[in-house]
Amino acid sequence: MKRLILTVLLVIASGPVFAELRVFACEPEWAALADEVGGDLVATYSATTALQDPHYIQARPSLIAKVRRADLVVCSGAQLEIGWLPALLQKANNRRVMPGTDGYFEASNFVQRVDATANVDRAQGDIHPQGNPHIQTDPHNLAAVASAMARRMAKIEPENTVIYEANLNDFMSRWQAAIERWEAAAEPLRGKRVITHHKSWVYLVRWLGLEEVAHLEAIAGLPPTATHLSRLTTRFADGGADVIVRSPYQDAKPSHWLSERINVPAVVLPLTVGGTDAAVDLFAMFDDILARLAGAVDNA
Amino acid sequence: MRVVLITSVVAALTVLVPGGVAAQDSEIEELRAAVEALRSDYEARIAELEQRLAVAEQNAVQSLNAAAPVAAPAAAQVSQSRADAAFNPAIGVVFQGFLNGVEGPAGEEEGFAVGETELIMSANVDDKFTAYLTAALAFEDGESELELEEAWVETTALPAGLSARFGRMFSGIGYQNERHMHTWDFADQALPYDAFLDGRYVDNGVQVRWLAPTDLYVELSGEIMQGEGDPSGLGSYSVFGNVGGDVGISHSWLAGLSHLEQDSGQQLDIAHFVWKWAPDGNWRQKNFIFQAEYLENRDISTDSGWYAQAVYQPVPRWRVGARVDEVDLDADDPRRFSIMLDWSNSEFSRLRFQASRSDSDLGDENAWTLQYIHSIGAHGAHAF
Repeated sequence: MKRLILTVLLVIASGPVFAELRVFACEPEWAALADEVGGDLVATYSATTALQDPHYIQARPSLIAKVRRADLVVCSGAQLEIGWLPALLQKANNRRVMPGTDGYFEASNFVQRVDATANVDRAQGDIHPQGNPHIQTDPHNLAAVASAMARRMAKIEPENTVIYEANLNDFMSRWQAAIERWEAAAEPLRGKRVITHHKSWVYLVRWLGLEEVAHLEAIAGLPPTATHLSRLTTRFADGGADVIVRSPYQDAKPSHWLSERINVPAVVLPLTVGGTDAAVDLFAMFDDILARLAGAVDNA
Repeated sequence: MRVVLITSVVAALTVLVPGGVAAQDSEIEELRAAVEALRSDYEARIAELEQRLAVAEQNAVQSLNAAAPVAAPAAAQVSQSRADAAFNPAIGVVFQGFLNGVEGPAGEEEGFAVGETELIMSANVDDKFTAYLTAALAFEDGESELELEEAWVETTALPAGLSARFGRMFSGIGYQNERHMHTWDFADQALPYDAFLDGRYVDNGVQVRWLAPTDLYVELSGEIMQGEGDPSGLGSYSVFGNVGGDVGISHSWLAGLSHLEQDSGQQLDIAHFVWKWAPDGNWRQKNFIFQAEYLENRDISTDSGWYAQAVYQPVPRWRVGARVDEVDLDADDPRRFSIMLDWSNSEFSRLRFQASRSDSDLGDENAWTLQYIHSIGAHGAHAF
């Protein structure tokens, strides 16, 4: 009997090791990163897919139900999800993941955001005063977020610290090797001039040393207008751009329209995991971004 | 009884943890030793990797710094935004106005009208409470009026999926009741809400919500309100429940039942259903909303009413919609049909045209409205 009780106690005491940390990720890249860092210890759920514009998500009942049971909410932050995440948190009644607690994690707090501004005049469009939130297109940013995420997971589940650290180190060594490979492969892309649909790619542009010469959106966050597109046609009629880039959830028409007129290839790049058929995980996402960029530039 | 209980617990554990009960002391010792060995091995490797990581991170930060100029470091940004949120409530103002035209027997107002101008303030009070205020500025009959629409405090740290709200609030009954005017898809309130709740039910009291820990959204709530303040009565109360979920990636739905019992003797039951669609769930490009409610009201007599509406956004910025609303009263059963077209330059501005035709015992009436809804300042996230 005594042995039985001891066994039961041991099983109960070791229980948390087998309990999964439920991670609610606002975007697929954070779900993928949480899977890398958390491994078997986490069960991740992504609120959005790569085909959805993360600025415009409905605060759906299904998402509220997911936040209700989450142990950790991981989002880009910097106001990317301002139109829906606060509504989820308010309705979900889950004190473990409210802003300010360990269960609330904004990835963009752990990198240097660009384009932060004190000038918040909406005449300039849907700008993010805390800086550009689309941080996932620079792999160095993901490395910084992965470290912070491992620390946070270990803080929530101290008994699994060793495993989170091991997972992180395993990921980091693979990631650093991949970064070296990507940077070598992307060398011919340096200085290429890109036109982007929305300011979703500023971190990629900085990382690869590209030059962002124009946006299809005349005003950030508002759909491209005919006037602006015809102005771009005139401006780039005799060269000046190498490739037109958009995200999978953005309307294809404006970039195709411009592409035909200025004879510059238009390409869809996976902004997150799942954005293209090839982008099955974070590694494949950057492989595909570089392959697609290189392919477009070679064909030009 | 006790034996049965222990047996069942042990049986349950056996099922949950295969082999757990069968484990012997010696096996446990072996396991411990193995874990210990694993641990010390890991620790050595981690120390080495951490050092490499620190160097790599250092390099990454340096390369970032070396690149194009950036704004203040992330840490500074974080403390800045937190300080703002802690001491400055989010403030927003919503401007609304109409140009109305009516053709019919009812002596409704025509011409320009300034609708309610909503002043919205909200912030977390501390780590356990959040507070919200909406005041409506209106100009009616040649006079300016300031009306307290909502002023409530809500808990943010109750356990077990519970939250409580207290103060003055829009009741959570039905679907349309809680929605602020600027989020309506039509320029006016549906007829049954006008007939049975004088627009909406707003009162002073307490609301408690509980959300079930399930993948299916199940929310049960109750309210106790002041009602008419009859000293012999207990005030008004309501109970309501909502369920909702997704169907595939493109569809989502919400359905609910509500019951309101007022100390005035009024009893109101509401059933509501909302269905939303967007291809691949990408709301931005194209979407569709169907919304319908049925209300049954009992006081002196039993009356009912319903409305159903559909709004379609075929391309960004443009939406078209149609609505039928009707109430069946003893004396009359007015029915109205409305169509609307609206254009939103951004999520902060909307211009709308609406045309309605109503039939009642008083005669037919045609009406049209041009409406604007513009908001400045902070604007909270909208509920489903």
